[in-house]
Amino acid sequence: MMVDDSWKLADRADALRLRARMIRAIRGFFLENDFLEIETPQRIPAPAPEFHIDAVASEDWFLQTSPELCMKRLLAAGYPRIFQICRCFRAGERGDRHLPEFTMLEWYREGVDYRTLMEDCEALITLVARELGIGGAVCWQGREIRLGIPWERMTVREAFSRYATMTSAEALRTERFDEILACEVEPHLGKEHPVFLYEYPAELGALARLKEGEAGIAERFELYCAGLELANAFSELTDAGEQRRRFEEVFSDRRLKGGSPHPMPERFLAALEKMPPSAGIALGVDRLAMLFADKSRIDDVVAFTPELL
Amino acid sequence: MYTASDLRKGLRIKIENDPYIVTEFNFVKPGKGQALYRCKLKNMINGNQFERTFRSVDVFEAADLQEKKMQYLYKEEGKYCFMDNQSYEQIFLSEDQVGEAKNFLLDNIEAEILLFEDKPLGISLPNFIDVVVTKADPWAKGDSVSGNTKPVTVQTGYQLQVPPFIEEGEKIRIDTRTGEYLTRVKG
Repeated sequence: MMVDDSWKLADRADALRLRARMIRAIRGFFLENDFLEIETPQRIPAPAPEFHIDAVASEDWFLQTSPELCMKRLLAAGYPRIFQICRCFRAGERGDRHLPEFTMLEWYREGVDYRTLMEDCEALITLVARELGIGGAVCWQGREIRLGIPWERMTVREAFSRYATMTSAEALRTERFDEILACEVEPHLGKEHPVFLYEYPAELGALARLKEGEAGIAERFELYCAGLELANAFSELTDAGEQRRRFEEVFSDRRLKGGSPHPMPERFLAALEKMPPSAGIALGVDRLAMLFADKSRIDDVVAFTPELL
Repeated sequence: MYTASDLRKGLRIKIENDPYIVTEFNFVKPGKGQALYRCKLKNMINGNQFERTFRSVDVFEAADLQEKKMQYLYKEEGKYCFMDNQSYEQIFLSEDQVGEAKNFLLDNIEAEILLFEDKPLGISLPNFIDVVVTKADPWAKGDSVSGNTKPVTVQTGYQLQVPPFIEEGEKIRIDTRTGEYLTRVKG
C-alpha cells in the first residue's frame, strides 16, 4: 500500500527555509573573505583512509567521505583559499545526528594553523546568526547559548579531567576514549557558549600535524555548541612519508578486521610533497541547521531522509 | 548472530542466557571516532531494564523466541493448562506468565504463547472476544442516578463497567488489550 508522506515533507518547511538562508549566508561569508568556491567530484577512486569511516562503493570507485583529498591537491597546486559545500557519504551512519548522506562545508587556508580556523568559525557562525535575525544568543532545546566572541578554548585533557570519570590518557589506554568522550564529555561541551575542544592525542589526528615541542599532541580541534559537534579542524600534515605510514596503519587495521583496504591515494600523497603549510576544516551543515532551527534530530532539517525515499 | 549495526528498537537478543528486547536505541559517533550503539534493554523474563553502549565489534546471539498457537484447556491449582493443537503437547503457565489475559480465558480459546527456548514467557489473545454476562443488576428505565455505566460480571469471572441497558444472559464484546466493553452482540 502506498503511504502518503507529503505531510512529513510539508511539516519541515520552516526548517528548510532557514537552512536555505543559512547556506546563502555561509556562501556570502566566504566570497566576502576572498575564498574561491570549488566543486570536486563526489565519486573518487581512493577515499581518505580513516579508522572509523567507511566509504560507500560505487562500481569500482567510491563515494567521497569528505572532499579533503581533492581540496588539498588544489592547495598544493596553488589555490590559497578555497571552500566547498557538498554531499558526503558514510556507510552505516544513521542516528539522531547522523545521515549516511549529508552536507559538508569544508574550507582551507594556506599559511595559517588551526588557531586561525577557530577565528574563522567565530566570524562565520556569528555572521550566519546575524543574517538569520538571531541576536547574541541561540536557543537550542530549551538552553540559551551565548554567541559573543571569543569562544572558550579547552584542551581534551582539561575536558576529561573536568567532566569524565577518568583522564584522557587512561581512556585511551583502556580503549574507551570515544565512549567516554561521547557519553560523559560531549553533553557538557558548549552548554553556555560554543567551545573549541583542542589538542587531541596524536593517534586521533589522522591527517593532522603534530604540535611542535609537545610529544603526542595533534593540532586538531572540534567545535561544540550545546553538546552538538559542529566541526573538525586540523593544522594539516604536510609530511607525505608520515601520511603514508598513517594510511598504512589504517589499512592493516582494516585487514585485521576482515575488510579489504581501499586503494592508496597515491596522487594525493604526491601532491602533499608540494603542499604549503595550511589548515583545513569540515563543518556539518545539517548540524548547524539543527542548532539554528532548534531541532534535536537531523531528520527535521533535511528535505528527505533515506527512510522517506 | 547479530552485530551492533543490526541493533534497532524491538530487536530481541540473548545476553547471559536471558532474552532481552531493545526498547530504546540511538547511534552515536564522536568526531572521527568509532560508532557507538546506545541501547536500553529489557529482560523479557523478569522485566528488569538497563542501559548499555555497544561498539561495532560486539556480536549478539538472537534470542530463540517462538510464537505457538495453543488452546486453553483448564485451570488447576493456580496453573493454566494450554495444549498445542498440532502435537497435543500440554504446557502449564503461572498466573504471572498469563498476566491480564487470565480475565479473558474462555474455554478452548486459541492463544499465541511466546516461548523462549521452549519456556513460556507470556501469551497474547485475540483482540476481541465475545462473552456472556453472568451477573448484572436489572435496569430500571429512567433510572440514571447511578451514572451512565454499571458493573457486570462475565462468564470468565471478570468484572467491568458496561452501559446500563446490558442484561444478565446477554453477550457482549470486550477488547482484550484494554479490558473495556465494546458493544452488545446479538444472538
